[in-house]
Amino acid sequence: MVWFLILLPLIAAGAAFASPSPKWRVRILTTTAILHFVGLLAALGGYGTLPASAWLGLDALGGWVLLVISVLFLVCALYAPAYLALRPDRDGRIFTVSLLSFLGLASLLAQSQHPGITWVAMETTTLATAPLIYFNHNRHSLEATWKYLLIGSVGIALALLGTLFIAYAANMGGVEEPLLYGRLMRESALLSRPWLRAGFVLVLVGYGTKMGLAPMHTWKPDAYGETPGIVGALLAGGVTSCAFLALLRMYAVVATAGEAQFARELLIGFGLLSMTWAMVFMVRQLDFKRLLAYSSVEHMGILVLGIGIGGNAARFALFHLAANALVKSVLFLSAGNIHRSYASKQLPYVTGAIRRTPVSGWLFLLGFLAITGTPPFAPFISEFNIAYTALTTGHPWVGTVFLVLLGAIFLGMSDTVIKVVFGTPSAQRVRTPYKDTFATTAPMIAALTLALIMGLWLPRPLQNMLQMAAAIVGGQP
Amino acid sequence: MYHDILITLMVLTNFTLVATSRIHKSIQVAAFQGVLLGLLPLTLGLGFHIHILLMATAAVVVKGWFIPFLLRRALTKVHIHREVHPYIGYTVLLMLCAFGTGMSIVLAHNLPLKPGGPFALFVPAALATLFTGFLLLVSRRKAITQVVGYLVLENGIYLFGLMLIEDMPILVETGVLLDLFVGIFVMGIVINHISVAFDSMDTRQLAELKD
Repeated sequence: MVWFLILLPLIAAGAAFASPSPKWRVRILTTTAILHFVGLLAALGGYGTLPASAWLGLDALGGWVLLVISVLFLVCALYAPAYLALRPDRDGRIFTVSLLSFLGLASLLAQSQHPGITWVAMETTTLATAPLIYFNHNRHSLEATWKYLLIGSVGIALALLGTLFIAYAANMGGVEEPLLYGRLMRESALLSRPWLRAGFVLVLVGYGTKMGLAPMHTWKPDAYGETPGIVGALLAGGVTSCAFLALLRMYAVVATAGEAQFARELLIGFGLLSMTWAMVFMVRQLDFKRLLAYSSVEHMGILVLGIGIGGNAARFALFHLAANALVKSVLFLSAGNIHRSYASKQLPYVTGAIRRTPVSGWLFLLGFLAITGTPPFAPFISEFNIAYTALTTGHPWVGTVFLVLLGAIFLGMSDTVIKVVFGTPSAQRVRTPYKDTFATTAPMIAALTLALIMGLWLPRPLQNMLQMAAAIVGGQP
Repeated sequence: MYHDILITLMVLTNFTLVATSRIHKSIQVAAFQGVLLGLLPLTLGLGFHIHILLMATAAVVVKGWFIPFLLRRALTKVHIHREVHPYIGYTVLLMLCAFGTGMSIVLAHNLPLKPGGPFALFVPAALATLFTGFLLLVSRRKAITQVVGYLVLENGIYLFGLMLIEDMPILVETGVLLDLFVGIFVMGIVINHISVAFDSMDTRQLAELKD
């Protein structure tokens, strides 16, 4: 099953590359997404029984993250056929191949129990997604791709150095090869402290760059702003989740070694800085796709903040990973539809979307309400509980600042969103033939419904899995 | 003994890299640095077993020949030879590079080393090379010299990785080298698109997206 999840998408990518007809490529994409999801559900039955010496395999943490990515990918794959049909001018081959390769590499990363493999998978993910950003083949997307590649590669290089530092910490302590996460955690008392601390800082900066934590997020607004909505959805919920997982694995090692306090302070600092930075750039943001990119910076901040606060907040940070991925897919896909309909993503030219594209307009509005923490959607549960844990477990200031920032971001974001969705029609608007259809809206409705259900009820097996995943993050191998 | 000479040469090439304005030369020097790195494991007295020989060959081929080949090929399409008007002047860069090398020695002094190894110079040299890579990345305007900067940065990390060469699984090492290669290959493709779309390789053109 381990290899099925990795190889199925990669082989499908090969098949899509070889296939001459766009129709078949799309079929391969959707079939693979469904098979991957079903295969993952079957594999998740055994997440508790991973042998300690395994290099690859699903544990609760990797399983949870891969489940999020697989669901997100399924939503995007169901949306893709209609989208690609709207873009006959562009080469769908590279697009499909990149999407499928990403899924295979994410499966490798989620199942990797060795820091080296994790790093290789993360770096390859960056390279596989770069062509997606260049999908539109214009000057702006070229600029965005260059920034994404260069900043991402430098970030990931720092993560490699951090990983090597931690390997050297183990080497000095006499920990034997292979340095699997499980072994590093069991023998964490032997690790050399200065190297471990320096290594964690580098890993945090490195994978933090891939997540898009401020101030290393500068590629994000450009990349998300210039790609099609479907790629934005996959980057904001998929690639960032991979980087977060890679960071969590190292955090778990550092936490078991008794350096949790040091790591947590860093995580809280980066979390609050990201939220503040995002807020500043969201106020009066005229470009609604860039607005979503900054919202992604904000939510990456919430994720690391939750881990930094620890305890229950760490569990809800993992929950938030799923909530954010689902709602972001709704936001990016509906923003993509609105962009298509108006041929612009700038505010004065896009107003009154609710009349022109009613379904996408409503979904954009509901997605905005969900992501900013309106009950009963899933992000409300996680944001509320992270704030609650912060306030009750000795972080009153962090909790207060967190709530103030959430409020300010709601206000900042609402200004732009309300103008886009309602707004008065202006004479400058362009009208394209695009109309909302079942195929371009149904995947979003499914994702939003899922986010709604998650906010009300989470099945018992998933709750257990989340509990176990949080225990791994907290330092129980 | 020989490894100390190789590492000293590496640190010296750092200075050449920041001071040179000719793009061909900077590629050449980065390739030379790659060859030095590739030869380094052979001088550590670890014996000549297959793992070490394989890694040395792979590093020399990838860093010393294949990547420079890709970079030169990207250059043939556009007629630029010099890095004119870098963001930071050459004299200032040289001084910054010297300062960074000094700081690396101070920083490395604070990190403990496993006693008895031949690795005394590895950490400061690795950090200094990393810093040089950063300097090149932020100071140069041409996309291709930025890639050279990334390559130098990776060289610094590889140098640090050599301290673990006996313990690192070959799978991971190969993965790292392969990723570097593919990364630069993809960057080469993007550079090609940049020079077609903008008729130059100047990254100043890539500054339209902002808030």
